[in-house]
Amino acid sequence: MTLDDILAGLFPSGIDIKRAGTEVAGRATLSDAGPIHLLGITQGSPVGVDEAIALARRVIEIIKSGDRAPILLLVDSASQLMSRRDELLGLNEYLAHLAKVLLLAEAEGHRTVGLLYGGSAAGAFIATALAAGTLVALPTAHPVVMDLPSMARVTKLPIEVLKAKAETTPVFAPGLDNMVRTGGVHFVWSEGEPLSAQLAAVLARPAGDDERDRLGAARGGRRKAAEIADRVAAIAMRSCTEPHDD
Amino acid sequence: MTTVRADAASLSWYEASARQRIDALIDRGSFDEFIGPEQRETSPHLSIFDLPEQFDDGIVIGRGHLDASSVLVAAQEGRFMGGALGEVHGAKLTGLLRAARKLKEDVLILFDTGGVRLQEANAGELAIAEIMRAVIEVRRAGIKVIGLIGGRAGCYGGGSLIAGTCSNLIISEQGRISVSGPEVIETNKGVEEFDSRDRALVWRTMGGKHRYLIGGADMFVDDAALAFREAAIAALQLDRRCDLAVLAAEQERLERRLKRFGHARDAVEVWQSMGIEKPAEIPGLPAEEFLRRAADKRENADDAR
Repeated sequence: MTLDDILAGLFPSGIDIKRAGTEVAGRATLSDAGPIHLLGITQGSPVGVDEAIALARRVIEIIKSGDRAPILLLVDSASQLMSRRDELLGLNEYLAHLAKVLLLAEAEGHRTVGLLYGGSAAGAFIATALAAGTLVALPTAHPVVMDLPSMARVTKLPIEVLKAKAETTPVFAPGLDNMVRTGGVHFVWSEGEPLSAQLAAVLARPAGDDERDRLGAARGGRRKAAEIADRVAAIAMRSCTEPHDD
Repeated sequence: MTTVRADAASLSWYEASARQRIDALIDRGSFDEFIGPEQRETSPHLSIFDLPEQFDDGIVIGRGHLDASSVLVAAQEGRFMGGALGEVHGAKLTGLLRAARKLKEDVLILFDTGGVRLQEANAGELAIAEIMRAVIEVRRAGIKVIGLIGGRAGCYGGGSLIAGTCSNLIISEQGRISVSGPEVIETNKGVEEFDSRDRALVWRTMGGKHRYLIGGADMFVDDAALAFREAAIAALQLDRRCDLAVLAAEQERLERRLKRFGHARDAVEVWQSMGIEKPAEIPGLPAEEFLRRAADKRENADDAR
């Protein structure tokens, strides 16, 4: 689906949208859920300091408006922009800031839904889609942490070996199915059903705690994370009430 | 009562292991480890690649006293897989942060990481997202999360994004913060973009002095465990929030940085436009003289992080 197809499917009664380069921003009204803000990074573009700060500014403006309306974040990006300039300027702060304002928006009462419809990778994926309260994907989405040829270089394993291993374990290999099985993507939408109804269904779910590690355990792609995190928390709580012996 | 190990003053943070750092940082004898190596919670994924495991999966977590205050501590071991975050490693930190929120205890994270562990890339990537969310939830509850950066592996990739969510960052000259590492930039964009073998370029672009000058870190310390300890004690006294006012201030701070330094091609140009005296000398200066020249010139991120 093209971005225009997706927007038409999501907002059949129309959307007021602005496009500047690879950034989109707009506002629409949902038939039974009121207004919704739309933000996006499109065209498979990398996310550098300039892109991150522009998106973050829009999120802050939305929070300042105080309308508590949901935010839909469309994502089709590359990885973070790999450049000397961006690192010189402190890219980690810009990407973290973008993630932080998205998390703040949620804490301030805006539902945040990421819609991954193309690619996304590495730091850009963490700062955008993975900072949303709920992440959904279209079947065309193709998230990666690192592509297999690069991984072959770093791990010094032949690509044929990596491809064979990728078929038996979802934990390292690129692609949507693996990200679903490890719990990173909550739902995969169907292109055959109206997108507007699928969005309404997501917004109708109550917002809650981070459940991604539990999803990963239930789906068999990440069996240990939730159990380890729970065990650590339980030990910390228990030992807190015990007197220290020094 | 506060007691410090006698060798904490001279122990190099850069050279030390994760356990040595905790020993030197925390009041003597007060550390209580959670899920220690005796429980052998190793990565379930490394054997797929015929790689050795470590019984703590490269991170030590627990509770200790810092100047008699109870704190939760996590220390990454840069000598194991470059301190990279995998499923178990990440989940230990996530669990610690979730406990911090319930118990209202401050958290110290001793970063030493190359980022996501590629052999379990999806699990590592998601762990970073979960940790960042947990840090913000903890901070929203009024708890401090303090990052200490000065290890051999630096603070790269997703680790640098976690650092960006902390309420306060303490760094030494040897500490490096960057999303893409020098080798990654060179591999993807060519040696003309970044020559990873030019160590002076790496240090002045990503190193502790530059990060402290532009406001990417809050406290600059010598490469000594005692210096990190004293800075952490001071950081625990600061009041740091995470609300709209703070993040709006961060937005302005980061926009101002792009306006002021966005056209600079090298760190020395950045330092020059800050008005730093003899900026080319910065990399060679001892801490005391560096801090003197940085004072009143550096960008600070107080109440804007």
